[in-house]
Amino acid sequence: MLEEIGAASIENLFDSIPQELRLRDHLNVPAAMPELELLKRFDEMGTRNQAARRISFLGGGAYSHYIPTVVDSLLSRSEFFTAYTPYQPEISQGTLQSIFEFQTLVCQLTGMDIANASMYDGSTAMAEAVLMAERVTKRTKVIASSAIHPQYLEVAHTYVQHAGIDLEHAVYCAESGTTLPESLSGLDDQTAAVVVQSPNFFGCIEDLAALAEKAHSVGALLIVTVTEAMSFGLLKSPGACGADIVVAEGQSFGVPLSFGGPYVGLFATRDKYARQIPGRLVGEAYDKNGRRGFVLTLATREQHIRREKATSNICTNEGLIALAATIYLETMGRRGVQEAARQCAQKAHYASREIEKLEGFSIPFSAPFFNEFVVHAPVDAASLLEKLASGKGIDGGIALSRFDTARANDFLVCVTETNTKEQIDALVAGLSSSTKLV
Amino acid sequence: MASNITKVTNHISPNEALIFERSQPGRAGFSLPALDVDESSIDEIIPREMQREDALEGMPEVTEVDVVRHFTRMSTWNYSIDQGMYPLGSCTMKYNSRLNEKVARIADFANLHPLASESAAQGALQVIYELQQHLAEITGLPGVSLQPAAGAHGEMTGIMIIRAYIDARDGKEASAQRRTMLIPDSAHGTNPASAHLSGFTVKTIKSTAEGLTDLDHLRELCAHGNVAGLMLTNPNTLGLFERNIQEICRIVHDAGGLVYMDGANMNALVGIARPGDMGVDVIHLNLHKTFSTPHGGGGPGSGPCCCTKELEPFLPVPRVVASTSVGDSDSEHRLKPMLRLDYDYPQSIGRVKAFLGNYGMMLRALAYILTHGYDGLLEATQAAVLNARYIAHGLLTDYDKPFDSDPMHEVVFTDKRQARKGVHTLDIAKRLIDYGFHPMTIYFPLIVSGAMLIEPTESVGRQELDQFIEAMRSIAKEAVEDPELVLNAPHSTRVGRLDEAAAARKPVLRWKPAATESAESRSTASHSS
Repeated sequence: MLEEIGAASIENLFDSIPQELRLRDHLNVPAAMPELELLKRFDEMGTRNQAARRISFLGGGAYSHYIPTVVDSLLSRSEFFTAYTPYQPEISQGTLQSIFEFQTLVCQLTGMDIANASMYDGSTAMAEAVLMAERVTKRTKVIASSAIHPQYLEVAHTYVQHAGIDLEHAVYCAESGTTLPESLSGLDDQTAAVVVQSPNFFGCIEDLAALAEKAHSVGALLIVTVTEAMSFGLLKSPGACGADIVVAEGQSFGVPLSFGGPYVGLFATRDKYARQIPGRLVGEAYDKNGRRGFVLTLATREQHIRREKATSNICTNEGLIALAATIYLETMGRRGVQEAARQCAQKAHYASREIEKLEGFSIPFSAPFFNEFVVHAPVDAASLLEKLASGKGIDGGIALSRFDTARANDFLVCVTETNTKEQIDALVAGLSSSTKLV
Repeated sequence: MASNITKVTNHISPNEALIFERSQPGRAGFSLPALDVDESSIDEIIPREMQREDALEGMPEVTEVDVVRHFTRMSTWNYSIDQGMYPLGSCTMKYNSRLNEKVARIADFANLHPLASESAAQGALQVIYELQQHLAEITGLPGVSLQPAAGAHGEMTGIMIIRAYIDARDGKEASAQRRTMLIPDSAHGTNPASAHLSGFTVKTIKSTAEGLTDLDHLRELCAHGNVAGLMLTNPNTLGLFERNIQEICRIVHDAGGLVYMDGANMNALVGIARPGDMGVDVIHLNLHKTFSTPHGGGGPGSGPCCCTKELEPFLPVPRVVASTSVGDSDSEHRLKPMLRLDYDYPQSIGRVKAFLGNYGMMLRALAYILTHGYDGLLEATQAAVLNARYIAHGLLTDYDKPFDSDPMHEVVFTDKRQARKGVHTLDIAKRLIDYGFHPMTIYFPLIVSGAMLIEPTESVGRQELDQFIEAMRSIAKEAVEDPELVLNAPHSTRVGRLDEAAAARKPVLRWKPAATESAESRSTASHSS
């Protein structure tokens, strides 16, 4: 081939790179490793992830749900995972039709009119929703509840820091654990949006209808964030409560925990904002013979056409994870999602009832919850959880002191349909016995 | 009669409706164990007004085999890397090793919660730490964050770092005068979009007739004194190495700006040259391009950000660091340093994503680097460039090549010669589908009229390159002899060219039940009863 193109050697192919920039020595990375050794090495590293094998009640934005075997099986079809963004619709109909189904499912779950083809995750979806609210309303103040996942708030702050948006906080009610409409004291006719999470970071279900009414009274939008998407199976949809933009983390739908990613952000809104939505959109189209197909559409919002005037800089999103969620939702179907949601709620409430019976333990927030709840322990929660993990092999929850030093004795417990009664009982017994060791 | 038979499927292109159209009430594809705790009345635990009223109406009800056939049939409508060459320029569609897929599915990683305690997730943190070290070595830039979820996300991160650095260096007031980001006219659209997100005004630098950054124009723009930085892709999107890169960096640095490199085309450089040595301050990489993590039909990607020592304090938090326990005599502890998440970087731009990034992609990328080793990485780069050069040579006789210089890993041609017959880039791309290839990137970069940007990657051999060149030559011939054939292509796909303009005018973005129809039929039914 070198001869054919008239090059004397491989090195000559790089002649356009100045000599002084060319590496003289090889890269300081290890020599090639054969498959057997590589697998052994990763397996060994894996054994140092003790937490992966524990009984777990960890939630807080990433959830352990049952994943039907067909999800990974179908996802592993290389026609899906080795294709790229469907730029050529004639040979990408598989990807395009699945995204169209994904968009439809997201609309059905959130109770909204339209949804995009996915965002990176829930946290970036929320940040993009804030930016979109500014575009839609031409207002620059945004009020976000302090009961939103702390990491989501951090991401929002990063995204808006140069966007001329003033991000304020509404402090949640320490008694109910929710964002009360009267806490939105900064709300005025300069407010672009009110942002809340429901169920919120503490698991408490927000009164979305009341918050929507309050936001709308000054012409602001209500942005609702959901980190536990399984709650859609049981709770009134944000759309039905009056939300204008709904964003969610879709990890609960068939996506492994995988130490935090890749996950998938869901983004839904009202029809009238279709041209302000960030990210890719798939729409129905027909060929000249009248055959139905699907294409990427409304591309004039996007960076490759609008460049700096685009609604977002997003290009590659989370296609394959959106596909996992689509396969999951279609396999579980209408009744499966309802049943999984029902079991989550029932099991979590069983766990909270049992923990509340323990001496010195209480449930500090009064608001209804779905499958996560805060527990107040008689001792330092971080130490208690550490004892529980090392002694009983149970990850009993997330110590809230990680996010709020004032809540040293509080921790967040998450229960899903994968936690058996036996595990819940072991958690309760373990909390009781470990308390004495702290 | 025979023509009225509706085929369920045929071997070439199976028909498959939307899942919602296949749904039958009562069907189910799931099985969950029965609830094993005492059940409360649902109204007792969640007030009725907070419960769903629609019972998820409209969501599909199908069996497992329905789902399997649904997605299997749809999958056959896709072209994928596993079927053949996928020469999308600047996308680096290389082979995705099955081994890397297996690594990402190891249960001890896949089942690990991101908020698990650091001491019980040391293996996972080690993967991050090692990958950071390798990427630092490959780029020559020692500060690395793996948090960004895709290329554009990494760009945004890099540009915010530049802004934070200048704010700290010059003070807010002086920094406010530096709000111009220079971007070549050949750049990817995400560059200006990311710069805008970070509060910069974009100024476009012209390219020379040679296809390189116009140094005079760069000097002129830098003379205004308000330049925060330059976003440069190298090799650029014309596939050409910016051979004046050192001078470019010098000009920008002298003007008080920083140089951000878009690493989308890093597949031309790994093991050959390092951006850090060229004077670049910060770069993003695409693990889904250069490091072979699957493109997934449009993600997940992963867009690590690598920067100089000077910029390191501004990287997103948390950072994965090794605890340096100075004076620790415990030898075992020294052998396996404790890795931890460090939030203590007060100058950091902040967090750009919940948790630690697209971790599953990091596992795959590390596996890619380890299975290739230093020599394999170099060989991949050499083969990628050789393949592109082979195509550049092979198509010269039939297509217009707008720039004379030898390309690196991708090459741009145009439709100039074919356009005389009314055959344009889009038509050529569509006809290429009939020959069994995925088309190249078309109409990008924007500065080349009728651009066809071809990136074969290292994952094709000479035979397939020859087939591709043959196909392109054949299309050039068809454009002369039978233009209609090309203009109406593709002829071999399940659907023909779709009317995208009509789709955008009245967008249908979701399935809806045929409400009017069913309401009508219901009312008819009630009348007849």
